[in-house]
Amino acid sequence: MTQNDHLMTFDDAAAMGLSRDEWELILKRLERTPNQCELGIFSAMWSEHCSYKSSKKWLKTLPVDGPQVIEGPGENAGAVDIGDGLAAIFKIESHNHPSFIEPYQGAATGVGGILRDVFTMGARPVALLNALRFGEANHEKTRHLLGGVVAGIGGYGNCIGIPTVGGEVNFDKSYNGNILVNAMAVGLANSDRIFRSAATGPGNPVIYVGAKTGRDGIHGATMASAEFSDETESKRPTVQVGDPFTGKLLMEACLELMASDSVLSIQDMGAAGLTSSSVEMASKGGLGMEIDLDLVPAREDGMTAYELMLSESQERMLMVLKPDATDTARAIFDKWDLDFMPIGQVTETGRLVLFKDGGIACDIPLAPLVDDAPEYDRPQNLVPQRPRLASDKAKSDKPITDLLQSMLGHVDLASRRWVYEQYDSHVMADTIAGPGGDAALVRVHGSQRGLAITTDCTPRYVEADPETGGKQAVAEAYRNICAIGARPLAITNNLNFGNPEKPDIMAQLAQSVVGMGKAAKHLDTPVVSGNVSLYNETDGTAIRPCPVVGMVGVIEDVTMAVGSRFVAANEEIFILGQDDSQNDGWLGASLYAAHQGITAIYAPPPIDLDAEEQTGKLLVQMIASGTVTAAHDISDGGLAVAIAEMSLHSAFGAHITLPTSGHLHGWAFGEDQARYVVTTAVGPSLTQAAQKAGIAISKIGTVTSKTELQFGDNDTISVEELKNLSEACLPALMAG
Amino acid sequence: MTLSSLASLRVAITVFPGSNCDRDMMVAVEQLTNRRPALVWHKQASLDPVDLVIVPGGFSFGDYLRCGALAGRSPIMNAVMDHAARGGAVLGVCNGFQVLTETGMLPGVLIRNAGLRFSCRMVRLETGETMSSPFTQGLTAGQSLDIPVAHNEGNYFADEDTLDRLQDNGQIAFRYVASDAEGPANPNGAARDIAGILSNNGRVMGMMPHPERAISPLHGSSDGATLLSKSLEALMS
Repeated sequence: MTQNDHLMTFDDAAAMGLSRDEWELILKRLERTPNQCELGIFSAMWSEHCSYKSSKKWLKTLPVDGPQVIEGPGENAGAVDIGDGLAAIFKIESHNHPSFIEPYQGAATGVGGILRDVFTMGARPVALLNALRFGEANHEKTRHLLGGVVAGIGGYGNCIGIPTVGGEVNFDKSYNGNILVNAMAVGLANSDRIFRSAATGPGNPVIYVGAKTGRDGIHGATMASAEFSDETESKRPTVQVGDPFTGKLLMEACLELMASDSVLSIQDMGAAGLTSSSVEMASKGGLGMEIDLDLVPAREDGMTAYELMLSESQERMLMVLKPDATDTARAIFDKWDLDFMPIGQVTETGRLVLFKDGGIACDIPLAPLVDDAPEYDRPQNLVPQRPRLASDKAKSDKPITDLLQSMLGHVDLASRRWVYEQYDSHVMADTIAGPGGDAALVRVHGSQRGLAITTDCTPRYVEADPETGGKQAVAEAYRNICAIGARPLAITNNLNFGNPEKPDIMAQLAQSVVGMGKAAKHLDTPVVSGNVSLYNETDGTAIRPCPVVGMVGVIEDVTMAVGSRFVAANEEIFILGQDDSQNDGWLGASLYAAHQGITAIYAPPPIDLDAEEQTGKLLVQMIASGTVTAAHDISDGGLAVAIAEMSLHSAFGAHITLPTSGHLHGWAFGEDQARYVVTTAVGPSLTQAAQKAGIAISKIGTVTSKTELQFGDNDTISVEELKNLSEACLPALMAG
Repeated sequence: MTLSSLASLRVAITVFPGSNCDRDMMVAVEQLTNRRPALVWHKQASLDPVDLVIVPGGFSFGDYLRCGALAGRSPIMNAVMDHAARGGAVLGVCNGFQVLTETGMLPGVLIRNAGLRFSCRMVRLETGETMSSPFTQGLTAGQSLDIPVAHNEGNYFADEDTLDRLQDNGQIAFRYVASDAEGPANPNGAARDIAGILSNNGRVMGMMPHPERAISPLHGSSDGATLLSKSLEALMS
């Protein structure tokens, strides 16, 4: 019999976020009433955050296999083969709710957590990225949140010494009360030295390492599974506090230990802390676990079993060691001044048994925690068909360069330098292309090989048409990888949505996953890891849906990669993926339309996956052969913005020929997909190759030594002027 | 001087808990000398004889208390100070510069960047007219070098008398100067645009920019390799 001085009631369960049905199921499985610790464990494991109960049905439809996949979803992170016996290990994870409550710590611990997921697998982390969404620029909280989140990301990443090489930052009023902070980490390991979490060998010691356990972050996973309200501020104590210094020591100690052949299995204590790590390790191994909670290194006196099990204190790991390896392991952790404590053992019972103060604090079967975790097929509303926006409806007779000034000087497209200069992007000395380009490029240490990495999502499109938007997130990531000359390999996703119990939101979630799955399958970029963040709502209003895709690709020789800036005067500028006859473009759901004040929702640009694949493959070949010298994918703001961006950070301008008929703004600002702007010194070779491959191509202009952008005969602006507008925007906002 | 002849040069790199540029510096020096430098753990109280000690960048002891404060009082730094007292050469980069000021081997302090934000970007340095020093003798006064910075506390500060003395003695090794790169020339508000200084015998140098991150055109600059290889060559002769 367990310690049951306070047997729980349904009211207690409801306070922990459980439904009536879920409470009844717990009573049935236990055949008795749980105590506080036991109920806490059930509620954490069955929370949306840990159980994926609303999304599981749809996540199962994603493609997860491929010859490149070493480890798909289910472990701490996914792993893909990048050649030379090496694996890229990566994952993206959200820390939205904590970052809104306490931006610095919320973002910092988001970075710390995703790094632990990666080095738990035996990989040395080599790159960090982050996908951020904030409210409107002029919203009262935006400056505070942006400043705090950026400082927090830098505070952790810079200190632990992993470069932050890319990501995205965007602003929209739907995030006023619920920002998104998604952090992605990529690591490298030998393919045959990847560590997993399933416990093995009854009797083997279970070791706690890292920082001590405190009362911070208790029940954080449950908080992350509920909507926000005005009372959210009162949840500040449930935000974890990060310590990147201890994180660095833990990373070095774990990697040193993993090199010593002592570790059988290992799991990071992330969301739901000791609960999820012990339950997942034991259940994956089909075994049980016994833990003496009195042995857990605690930062505070008098912590209860419930608090110890639900704390989300950072920088902690649980591992199962080989029986004779304890002394070796202890010596390594002593060297790094970290706690090292055998707290229990693997058992054959299939139960989680916890001791505290000489009694049994918890004795529950593991199977129901995992196997009986609820899975819902939540109802969806039919997604409305959106009309196509006729280009004529978006009326403006302004010259292209006027619009470029207002768009590039706007927070939607302005330079992100204010953000990324706060991140150490070159530590480890292998960053070849850091923030500001299409994809980041990080050299595999000691080789010529490189990893290309990007994160992407266009919430405008997902809102207008979830399936197309889901496809587009994959397609844009694919283009970003191809645009530097790398071969796309696989993706990790972070699905950020509102309350899935609302049928409109559930449709966004389900249909965008469907779209994402179709694109990932077609483009042969399986999903190897991911995270779901739901209930991103404040006072009943949901965020714009934001299923972020993080993609990793590989390039055999980093010296052959190209950037997105112009490199030489007199080179020809082409659009790859569009022919000469196109004199209009897709303005529905475009940034241009938003900037013209069009608030009605129109259909987003359609995705042609064949075109994406073939155009991307041709571009990669053309970069590898040296034919293409610079490339930039066409996305937000269309062709004109892409050309301007290629010029802004180069010493060159461009002269662009305009179509003689059609709709000029549609042509310049339309967001049709599967297109790139490329430059070449050998135009005929490029056009010939494109024609042979059946890819549309159109010459649109020339790179000039004069640093002006000239559209047609009469519409000209200096690059310097545009650059000043672009660079001034965020500093002015933050200087307030 | 050929590359291979540098292989007899003995270089040690200190490692504190929280150092994170130790490997990068090791790789850079090994690339230039064909010899891997020794990594020396902070608890070690003595040093084997070496020609150069490098105190690398990072966040030693988490920068808790004050940047470089705890590392400056670690056992290995006593040995580094003994090495310097014997006329040995010492280079501190970024956090290493902060550690050297904490030990008193270099004057002044590095305080929080004037912009109150971490700053990671390429900067241009101009070599000063310095006293005789292995770290600058292979460079010409006025020579510019593009080398990145990445720090939160790189704002060099000392009283006016000290700054005058540094200038008069030729102890200002590098100053930040304007370049094409976006942003102000001086990334942190450092007094007199100081990016690096020498000790009063020229044998100890501290600098905020990271030469180990500019050793290949792929880094956007090889000027860090120039600085390091010229220093290593000077130490050989």
